[in-house]
Amino acid sequence: MTEAGKGGGASLLEVTDLVKHFPIKRGILIDREVDQVRAVDSVSFKVERGETLGLVGESGSGKSTACRAVLQLIEPTSGSVEFEGREIAGLGRRQMRPLRRQMQMIFQDPYASLNPRKRIGQIVGDPLKRQGVASGSELRRQVQELLERVGLSSEHYNRFPHEFSGGQRQRIGIARALSLKPKLVICDEPVSALDVSIQAQIVNLLDDLQDEFGLAYLFVAHDIGIVRHIADRIAVMNEGKIVEQGTADQVCENPKDEYTKKLLAAVPIPDPRESRERIRNG
Amino acid sequence: MSAPLLSVKDLRVGFATEAGVIQAVDGVSFDLRPGEVVAIVGESGSGKSVTAQTIIGLTRANNARIEGSVKLGGEELTSAGDAAMRRLRGERIAMVFQDPMTSFNPVYRLGDQIVEAIRAHRPDTSKKQGRERVVGLFEAVGIPNAEQRIDDYPHEFSGGMRQRAMIAMALSLEPEVLIADEPTTALDVTIQAQILDLLARLNRERNLATILITHDLGVVAEVADRVLVMYAGKVVEEGTLDEIFYDPQHPYTWGLLGSLTRIDRPRPHRLPQIAGSPPSLLDLPKGCPFRPRCPHEFSKCPQYPPLEARLPDSPGHRDRCWLTPEEKREKRQVEGQIGLEAPREVGQA
Repeated sequence: MTEAGKGGGASLLEVTDLVKHFPIKRGILIDREVDQVRAVDSVSFKVERGETLGLVGESGSGKSTACRAVLQLIEPTSGSVEFEGREIAGLGRRQMRPLRRQMQMIFQDPYASLNPRKRIGQIVGDPLKRQGVASGSELRRQVQELLERVGLSSEHYNRFPHEFSGGQRQRIGIARALSLKPKLVICDEPVSALDVSIQAQIVNLLDDLQDEFGLAYLFVAHDIGIVRHIADRIAVMNEGKIVEQGTADQVCENPKDEYTKKLLAAVPIPDPRESRERIRNG
Repeated sequence: MSAPLLSVKDLRVGFATEAGVIQAVDGVSFDLRPGEVVAIVGESGSGKSVTAQTIIGLTRANNARIEGSVKLGGEELTSAGDAAMRRLRGERIAMVFQDPMTSFNPVYRLGDQIVEAIRAHRPDTSKKQGRERVVGLFEAVGIPNAEQRIDDYPHEFSGGMRQRAMIAMALSLEPEVLIADEPTTALDVTIQAQILDLLARLNRERNLATILITHDLGVVAEVADRVLVMYAGKVVEEGTLDEIFYDPQHPYTWGLLGSLTRIDRPRPHRLPQIAGSPPSLLDLPKGCPFRPRCPHEFSKCPQYPPLEARLPDSPGHRDRCWLTPEEKREKRQVEGQIGLEAPREVGQA
């Protein structure tokens, strides 16, 4: 893959010292800012083309806020976000629009992230229409192809979201994210609302799509077990900071940070003999 | 072995809908003894939650048809009156729900909600005694600063703390049976481990009989004594924890085991998965309902095998699969682990 023009040598995404503080305000007449929540506190990471970076942390660690700030869905307090070598922090809605084609998002809750009044064809086809990529019968053809690609059927085109199970809905969300052939997909807890058996399906699907379309993923989750499976590299986040970063095997097999060790120790081992062993050894 | 505390016999629960009768639970039987943890495992729609809710009498609706028997210490629950059930709930059987965010009333203080429940059953308890009890319970489930925290509102508690408060409320009348319906699914992995430890400890210290409902066999491995695997309303395999994990007999169980990620093992190239999704209960395939998703389907499968002991050495283990134990041992290995090979190309989710 040759990248013509700008940003050929740069990382796909490079986040440097990203900060997002939320003010805590007190007072009725005069809004005084009394303190700040340091949701994201000087976070730096890179995502290369075609690779998966796993971002792990507990609820409240700032991982979702970091994603939103990367996508400019919320304005970062400071720091830089470079996409293909181009600074996007602080860009306005209009300036971001052409870039949105390149970076898409898959959300956690497949029940809340699809408009219940829209048909699947509309949900998946909307990004294509808005970006002026396709319309009419061409649009329909592309959407049906996408649905089949993510393991649904082209007959699902006219159905509504409530007719689908959680795993199927997540596939619809994936089809929507892929419709514009992005380079980067941010997956915010894409499997944590699903049954374990369905999680494996979705993880395998994401894997296949990555190979096929050369996608890069920023994969956010609280379960380091599942992240280790899909990620090439892992960054561990705690209280707004990245406490450890390395290849997936390094971080999971030879963790340096205490917090990473704690996350790893919490993952249930589906092996009764070993969990009895773990209990005995305290 | 002590006598069973709770005995479920051939429980069937059907719901009449416009589209036809949905047989959500279809002939489930099991015994629960004091101090025992029985796990019911299955995917969404397998009937595991309906089984639990029926035991405690929460599925009684005009369109529900409940057959079979649920006996608690000799007393039949399926035919017990509403007043009798109300007395029994909390007092003898209590339930912890999946979502700690919606299980409390948001406009009352946590302590008051639990005191109210205690006083509803024990009218001679004074408010002061009730409060003291709740403080004791909060301490028992590991909520720090119990004295102050009982005056908090639910939104002031984190998810994990709220689940602890739920468990405290469930224990407030010292029930004999605790039903935990996906108690850790909504929680972070780190908090999940703490809640599982808590449940295991309560089970030990109070000799509490527990029914644990979950879709995650990883959770089961940490706490359960016996496991029932449910699929499309029926139990497809049951046995001790070790039987299910080390000698599983039903391909569906292999699939559930295979789809777990293991942090303590090298990662496989690809996660073994169960293709497709559970069948609609309105349109079950003929014979074994797992047949369309099973890569090992053969000529006998259009007939549904009965749930019976098929392993000569483990009379307590039962399953519903026509394959012989030898065939199963050979077929269940995928990349050196128990799993279910991805069958045909992924049809639909």
